[in-house]
Amino acid sequence: MEKPQGSGDAYWRATLGLLTTVLIIWFVVSFGFGIILQPMLDSIMLGGYPLGFWFAQQGSIYIFVALIFYYAHRMGQIDREHDVHED
Amino acid sequence: MDLKTLTYIVVGATFALYLGIAFWARAGSTGEFYVAGGGIHPIANGMATGADWMSAASFISMAGLIAYNGYGASLFLMGWTGGYVLLAMLLAPYLRKFGKFTVPEFIGDRFYSNTARIVAVVCLILASITYVIGQMKGVGVAFSRFLEVDYDTGLYIGMALVFFYATLGGMKGITYTQIAQYVVLIFAYTIPAMFISMNLTGNPLPQLGLGSTMADGSGMTLLAKLNLVVTELGFKEYTTQTIAGRLDMFVYTLSLMIGTAGLPHVIVRFFTVPKVSDARSSAGWALVFIAILYTTAPAVGAMARLNLHATIQTGEIGSPEGNLSYEERPQWFKNWEKTGLLQFEDKNGDGRIQYYNDKNPEMAAKAEGFGWKGNEMVKVDRDIIVLANPEIAKLPHWVIALVAAGGLAAALSTAAGLLLAISSAISHDLLKGVFMKGISEKSELRAGRISMAGAIVVAGYLGLNPPGFAAGTVAIAFGLAGASIFPALMLGIFYKRMNKEGAIAGMIAGISVTMLYVFQHKGILFIKGTEFLGDLGPNWFLGIQPNAFGAIGAIVNFAVAIMVAKMTVEPPQHIQDLVESIRTPRGAGGATH
Repeated sequence: MEKPQGSGDAYWRATLGLLTTVLIIWFVVSFGFGIILQPMLDSIMLGGYPLGFWFAQQGSIYIFVALIFYYAHRMGQIDREHDVHED
Repeated sequence: MDLKTLTYIVVGATFALYLGIAFWARAGSTGEFYVAGGGIHPIANGMATGADWMSAASFISMAGLIAYNGYGASLFLMGWTGGYVLLAMLLAPYLRKFGKFTVPEFIGDRFYSNTARIVAVVCLILASITYVIGQMKGVGVAFSRFLEVDYDTGLYIGMALVFFYATLGGMKGITYTQIAQYVVLIFAYTIPAMFISMNLTGNPLPQLGLGSTMADGSGMTLLAKLNLVVTELGFKEYTTQTIAGRLDMFVYTLSLMIGTAGLPHVIVRFFTVPKVSDARSSAGWALVFIAILYTTAPAVGAMARLNLHATIQTGEIGSPEGNLSYEERPQWFKNWEKTGLLQFEDKNGDGRIQYYNDKNPEMAAKAEGFGWKGNEMVKVDRDIIVLANPEIAKLPHWVIALVAAGGLAAALSTAAGLLLAISSAISHDLLKGVFMKGISEKSELRAGRISMAGAIVVAGYLGLNPPGFAAGTVAIAFGLAGASIFPALMLGIFYKRMNKEGAIAGMIAGISVTMLYVFQHKGILFIKGTEFLGDLGPNWFLGIQPNAFGAIGAIVNFAVAIMVAKMTVEPPQHIQDLVESIRTPRGAGGATH
């Protein structure tokens, strides 16, 4: 359905690629480690934290923050590579 | 100085600050009124977003939820933060590039339809009104507990304050007051937490304290100790308990995430930054500021639970001297008994307090052997966890006064953000967009201020007379936002072929499924007795609570929208060009109408 539009199309593909990567990590750390795999990970300790519990109440949040800044940084690079950046 | 005087001084000083800022940041144009002129620095906007997002519920209720649901409450922590990842990547930069004032405006333009715009306005108003009632209640409650005025008076003071700075300054005034409110609320939240963490573990950082060894010389970690204490009293193990099972937790987390990303008062904050790249990083800053509170909350919850049990179960379980004597209860216990939020009933007449889980048959049998006749802490309202925490930990009076100011800041900042979303939907989307297209900017600004005033009066009225459905408001706000607005925005950006027929059908289907599920378990329009399936686990679809159903509504929305779009004509060329243009950052000007 999407009509190929030269360089604009490559820019959009790069954007979607980055989105996919970030969303996979987003899903794995919260729904994966924090919920589905929590019973298994809890046998590993991170200091005084059972690991699954740590991901659910601490770790996933730290990783969310890191993911957004990584995304913002990489998008800035992609914008410049495809010459669609601002200013 | 006594606590009451000190509280008046601290709260009074913060209010004076908010009013001063409001006067300084008056709005002179519709651009300033709706999006603060589009010139807010991304870090400042992140801080304002944090205050906007963290409501009375985050500040007052969340730690209590965590204290009593342990691991199960992780769904709130992940759900209310993970949504920002979706917002940063899927919505904020594209809506900023679009460069208009409101969320319904995007939906109306993208789907070339006033019907779509009106459907979006209805979703927005319903979601925001239900949400704002809770904030108004928060204002009333915080005033009545700390300043010892009655609930109604507290609410009027809160309304007058919001009225002043929101109508005068619009988004510009709200943004700068929210920044001040963030600073107040984050200090109020973290300072008591640091004291308590230091006392229990010797580590002043609550995020590390929660994972540390107890400072009592037992050599146990705090979480292991907490697990031991609660399971010995017959409660569920803290680090593994869930609220309604793992599937429910999964779906509930997802619902909160997409609900967060779809709440219009949050989205619109990203219209206020100068550039598309700022919208991306600003979402990151918002989450940094939110994470400071959200990673502290688990420590506050766990430590308060531990302190509470330690206060009451002073010795070995079952030994005659093992429980606190009611006569010797601490001052904070007496203070909270007065409010009715903490209630004791001496069931076995021994003059001592037994606090355990009498619903657990094994524990109940054991307790009978001790001569216990049931749990005697008949009410422990979870909201007191944060509010009573400084008193339980014997912190100085100025900390308690600061907590009062923090709770008020959290409630006021969120209320103002929601009221702005409501008033701009009325003055900009309904009046300027649909019914009075020729209206001048000056008249629109006046209409914005009048609808803001109207929204405050309605919200205040509903806060004074909370409708029966107040308990279901979370389900509605997040359900509506997640099941209607989020999918419509996402499809509008990522699926060029999406047309107005698909978008409208999807939004209506998403809301209907969510509302029907909520109504069948909680009563039609929340009227008791009209629910045709009881609100109990076995009746829930796959064991999913009604509050968690927004994610299912969103899936229905996506499916219906795509199916209908495929069966109907593709959107006109200029709309497809519009989608192309919002996908690339270059050329984002200031927000205009």
